[in-house]
Amino acid sequence: MLVSEAALEDVHEDVHKTQPWNNPDAVPYIRFENVTKKFGDFYAVDDVSLDVYRHELFALLGGSGCGKTTLLRMLAGFEEPTSGKIYIDGVDMAGVPAYERPTNMMFQSYALFPHMSVEQNVAFGLVQDGVSRSEIKQQVAEMLGLVQMTKFAKRKPHQLSGGQRQRVALARSLIKRPKVLLLDEPLGALDKKLREQTQFELVNIQEKVGTTFVMVTHDQEEAMTMASRIAVMNEGVINQTGTPFELYEYPNSRYTANFLGQVNLIEGVLVDDDEKYAVIKSDEAGCDIYIDHAVQGHQGMTFWVALRPERLRITKEEPKETKYNCLSGKVEEIGYLGGISTYHVRLASGKRIKVTEPNSTRQIEPRYTWEDTVWVSWEAGAASVLSK
Amino acid sequence: MSSEKPTLKQRFDRWMIKHGRVLVIGIPYLWLFLFFLVPFLIVLKISFSMAEYAQPPYTSLFSWIEEGVTITLNFGNYLFLLSDSLYATAYLNSIRIAAISTVITLLIGYPMAYGIARAQGSMRSVLLMLVILPFWTSFLIRVYAWIGILDREGLINAFLLWTGIISEPLIMRQTEFAVYVGIVYTYLPFMILPLYSTLEKMDISLVEAALDLGCKPWQAFAKVTLPLSMPGILAGSLLVFIPAVGEFVIPELLGGPNTLMIGRTLWNEFFANRDWPIASAVAIAMLIFLVVPIMWFQHIQTKQEEGQQ
Repeated sequence: MLVSEAALEDVHEDVHKTQPWNNPDAVPYIRFENVTKKFGDFYAVDDVSLDVYRHELFALLGGSGCGKTTLLRMLAGFEEPTSGKIYIDGVDMAGVPAYERPTNMMFQSYALFPHMSVEQNVAFGLVQDGVSRSEIKQQVAEMLGLVQMTKFAKRKPHQLSGGQRQRVALARSLIKRPKVLLLDEPLGALDKKLREQTQFELVNIQEKVGTTFVMVTHDQEEAMTMASRIAVMNEGVINQTGTPFELYEYPNSRYTANFLGQVNLIEGVLVDDDEKYAVIKSDEAGCDIYIDHAVQGHQGMTFWVALRPERLRITKEEPKETKYNCLSGKVEEIGYLGGISTYHVRLASGKRIKVTEPNSTRQIEPRYTWEDTVWVSWEAGAASVLSK
Repeated sequence: MSSEKPTLKQRFDRWMIKHGRVLVIGIPYLWLFLFFLVPFLIVLKISFSMAEYAQPPYTSLFSWIEEGVTITLNFGNYLFLLSDSLYATAYLNSIRIAAISTVITLLIGYPMAYGIARAQGSMRSVLLMLVILPFWTSFLIRVYAWIGILDREGLINAFLLWTGIISEPLIMRQTEFAVYVGIVYTYLPFMILPLYSTLEKMDISLVEAALDLGCKPWQAFAKVTLPLSMPGILAGSLLVFIPAVGEFVIPELLGGPNTLMIGRTLWNEFFANRDWPIASAVAIAMLIFLVVPIMWFQHIQTKQEEGQQ
């Protein structure tokens, strides 16, 4: 069936609206241009260029000290870049103090004013701007309704639970309708259950108010659940930027592959390559690895094959085809998590491979036990090949 | 469980766990009772007696007449304090000088405490050390040093005359100005230390949040930093104000003959007039003057702290 030109156009337009980063004509809302921040001799942020589009929920993801918070603080105006430029909605932010920027921040500690009630905290930004009393009253009521804190308006911050404080902090930072809302580890202080629930709430609120969110987190799950796009940072540099899907399925480096989800990395040397396939010989694996696509590189080059544990098959019987993509080893560790089980398989080379398997049928007894000899295999398309 | 009898050590340990707390708290209480409350009661007693040429120079409150003990309380000393305006003037002067000194100390001490609290880690301890350093030399010597600085032929006058800014030496010593200099200089650390400890504990992101929400730096200070450092301001002010009211050495050495402060009056009554009952009444009245507002202050402060926890 032929698709009409017009229909195709529509699809494109839709993609451009929901994925502005794929639209070459889209104008970024926030732009970092070769931004560097030095503290003494230490490069906290090293030559970072990054575009964030309007209405995005963008996450800066990385371990502690990777420069993500510094990047956020430069956006808020608490730090000035050593070099490079930052634009928000086309305006150069150089020399613009924090109190004049179109951004508001939700702090990791929430930074609620302890001497003010919930109401006064939320109203703070508007009072500062000299908004009329009746207007403030109405907007505060609206905001407290949005974060479901109306009942607690008269309380002081110390009378609230962690989750309630988080809501107040969110309301306070949203009330001035900033162009960009900055969130520093917004859920870091909450326990796991509450965090999962709040993740979706935050996304819903973001969709409702339509503000562009930039958030900093070290929690890959949080970033993947919430963000439209993620920038993975390491040592002051952005390693990779993309949607959660892109980053998980097509990591560009071992760092990204490791940081998002779990991965087995098998080192090997390219021995055969073609336009359609490649073969990597790996002493670690003890077998050759067949890749169903071409690999950028020359023969003899070292590569790492990234295999997600859930894409591996584990069997007690030797598979029929053992020439490629088939490892054998002994079960060393078993983790029974109910819904899934994880196995650590030790290969002859000493390399450990992690495999997860859904427990989709009810078993009488565990399928594998310690020291069982098993085979681990995978489809040619399951692996990604990394050169760094 | 074994049915063995506990050893002596075990029994001692158990006893300590049960009663150790009382012991630990009891010792300082006993100390305060012996060396603070008992002398106070003695002074209180003397304030109700009458002066006498005897050893000790006051009458006894208790007299034994056949059937029992008669207590004679003499309120005359307190009435005398009211009748002679000298005392009222001295009290008011003391409170005025102490209050002004406290405000000056606060104005100087706050920025210093703020600076120290926001300094880098290693620098911070050096600066704190510098604040405390003067305590290692005798207070009296430091006050004498100020005489050398403020005197007619002192350092400041010598310098100003040398530069030609003035042609006649300034009279600074034996004025109220010198008393302010002395009090502010002496009590500055007592202002800085409590202020420092509240400012240092304050979360810097609170100020950032205020800036982020549109406050200019001075507004953030007025709306966030200042109200949150109130406990420190109160504590520091009390620590300066209370001893400044009763200060004797500084007005004696630096102030002029007209700088009438209650500490000096007290000294005169005790040593020059040898009127112990009047002197005691002066001391007790001062205590009441000071204790009542201070207790009120502390009451407010505890309330505030409860509100912030």
